Amino acid sequence: MVSQVPSPALTPVVLVLGDEELLVARAVTDTAARARVVDPAVELREMDADTLLVGELAEALSPSLFGGRRVVVLRRGQDAKKDVAAMLLDYVKAPDPEVTLVVAHAGGAKGKAIADGLAKAGAEVVPAAKITKHRERVDFVTSEVRRLGGRCQADAAEALIEAVGHDLRELAAACAQLIADTDGRVDAATVARYYRGKAEVSGFAVADAAVAGDLPAALEALRWALHSGVDPVPIADALADGVRTVARVASAGRGNAFQLASSLGMPAWKIEKAQRQARGWTPEGLVKAMRAAADCNAAVKGGEEDRGYALERTIAAFARARAGGSR
Amino acid sequence: MNDVFAQLVGQPEAVATLRAASRAAAAVLRGEAVGAGAMTHAWLFTGPPGSGRSVAARAFAAALQCTEVRKGPFLSDSVVEGSPLNDEAGPGCGVCTGCHTALAGTHPDVRFVVPDGLSIPVAQMRDLVLRSATTPANGRWQVLLIEDADRLTEAAGNALLKAVEEPPDRTIFLLCAPSDHPDDISVTIRSRCRVVPLRQPGAEAVSTLLVERDGVDPATAAWVAAAAQGHVGRARRLAGDREARDRRAAVLAVPRQLTGVGACFDAAAALIEAAEAEAAASVAATDAAERAALETALGAGGTGKGSAGAARGIAGQLKDLEKRQKSRATRAQRDALDRALLDLAGFYRDVLNARWGGAVAPVHADTAPLAEAAAQRWTAESTLRRLEAVLTCRTAIDANVKPRIAVEAMMLELWQG
Repeated sequence: MVSQVPSPALTPVVLVLGDEELLVARAVTDTAARARVVDPAVELREMDADTLLVGELAEALSPSLFGGRRVVVLRRGQDAKKDVAAMLLDYVKAPDPEVTLVVAHAGGAKGKAIADGLAKAGAEVVPAAKITKHRERVDFVTSEVRRLGGRCQADAAEALIEAVGHDLRELAAACAQLIADTDGRVDAATVARYYRGKAEVSGFAVADAAVAGDLPAALEALRWALHSGVDPVPIADALADGVRTVARVASAGRGNAFQLASSLGMPAWKIEKAQRQARGWTPEGLVKAMRAAADCNAAVKGGEEDRGYALERTIAAFARARAGGSR
Repeated sequence: MNDVFAQLVGQPEAVATLRAASRAAAAVLRGEAVGAGAMTHAWLFTGPPGSGRSVAARAFAAALQCTEVRKGPFLSDSVVEGSPLNDEAGPGCGVCTGCHTALAGTHPDVRFVVPDGLSIPVAQMRDLVLRSATTPANGRWQVLLIEDADRLTEAAGNALLKAVEEPPDRTIFLLCAPSDHPDDISVTIRSRCRVVPLRQPGAEAVSTLLVERDGVDPATAAWVAAAAQGHVGRARRLAGDREARDRRAAVLAVPRQLTGVGACFDAAAALIEAAEAEAAASVAATDAAERAALETALGAGGTGKGSAGAARGIAGQLKDLEKRQKSRATRAQRDALDRALLDLAGFYRDVLNARWGGAVAPVHADTAPLAEAAAQRWTAESTLRRLEAVLTCRTAIDANVKPRIAVEAMMLELWQG
């Protein structure tokens, strides 16, 4: 879904579905570029659907007196008023061959009828949804490097995402920079040479390591998280959530994660992870850890001077509680 | 029994002080000379929750506005100067227009500040201070009554301090706070107030009040008075509200349910959900009404050209309202949770009492057998640790810890002992 190889044929109506800015912008530029191949003097018009009047749209979509191609980009298609939407759906049945209409739609439930109607009537659909899964993000990086004429393995992509962060624009820019700086072969060593550190460490990463009993990794993740500006309060909440999840999963006994999912009210992947983490925890240890998490919650909310130290101490307390040591 | 101070249960010293002060206030109004300190411009009512801080303040406000001094029940012609009955004489008949409107909150010269949010903001306080400086409309006293003065923010406290420091001639400030500790009220305000300490009324006094005033049958009155631990309002709610009794029963069932780590988390979730539901029910109707009123005032729901633009403009105002409502809901939720935790603390107190064979009556008469059984199994130390866990949880929630996390930690400790 991420790769956007421009299709050679120019379709009269293009529906860009999704709200990832970079992908939307690319889809629009690609379409304009394709139109330019056909007619270098193509006219590009952009308009906002929410303030658009029917007359303006009709004027934009009607053939020019002097001939010539035109690309009409309609932003925020989901906000189109009723009459504009009706006209769009009407137009797509018999589009003008000289005009290329690009409708950007956020892809949500709002204005769904427009998106569905356009797709049904034969508009070319370009997906541009936000990338949320890690796997897709890796795919994006590898395909991005390939698009720029380089080659990139998954491990290099992973390293780059860890160092640059999740923002697609920044990732795309980093890919372009790497291609420019190297001979096109991007591997983990190349990434390590140009990028160092971690861009985004969430409180959950800290909590996962802390609950798993990996003290060095947890402290490292905590330092990165604090360094990159994560507020201590969500980290403290994540720590408490980690203990809670392990405690509830551990007390539910052994079982299939998918069967436990409904009774515990948690997604199956979370249960599977907690089942792995739950090994090594005793009920007494969980009591101590939960107390430490509650104290930590008060500490980061003004109870103590140094919030970072309060978090570190909590992580250390987790490790001790897990090892069965005394407070 | 119409006297305004009659509502103040089991507080003879405080009532005597307030009566003397309101007599002196009436004398001042008549233009007579009174001794220094007979009447004071600023008062601080302190006492545990439910002891009647706001009741005392309201009664005093009513006595200050009472217009029927001579016809009052305790100052009939039979009373002569110097007789012992005279101690009970004074303004505050409870039936005249002054008393009645002051108690009902409609008196033009009595301004109530009853914070329903988490704190009293400085903007509100400045406004009130400005109004309190005006001359009383009825020619008596201008009264500013602040319930929960412990919720004044620091800035709001300072705004109030300026007025309390240099009060206008006929302005009286009545503040209520749990104690005169600096945590509750700043020392600078406290030093300018006369403190009226109220004590926790005894269970007998509360049950008598319930029987006499609210017509509760004596048996129910006796156990709810004990269960409410001296909180008059809570006792009345337990006596009259079936849902309140059910919630209390659910809370007292918690110690039996803690059979393992998982059960602790379930019990915590149930407790939080119950508190949320109680809070939501208490604010939902007000929230909806406020929102509807604001929307109507701003012209929402209109049709036709331009109505969409107008609707966009009101979003900001609605957001402000939602913010205030959220603060109120958070407070309602915390209050509900605090009540539950107090009930729970009462149970562990009963266990400890049973363990030691103390001579005092149990807080929760209905779960006394359960407490006895627990006392057989638990050592005094572990019971104390449990009691401590409940009290720590209360403090933690007060310190803004996420209620869920605090309650979960508490439940685990209750289970472990």
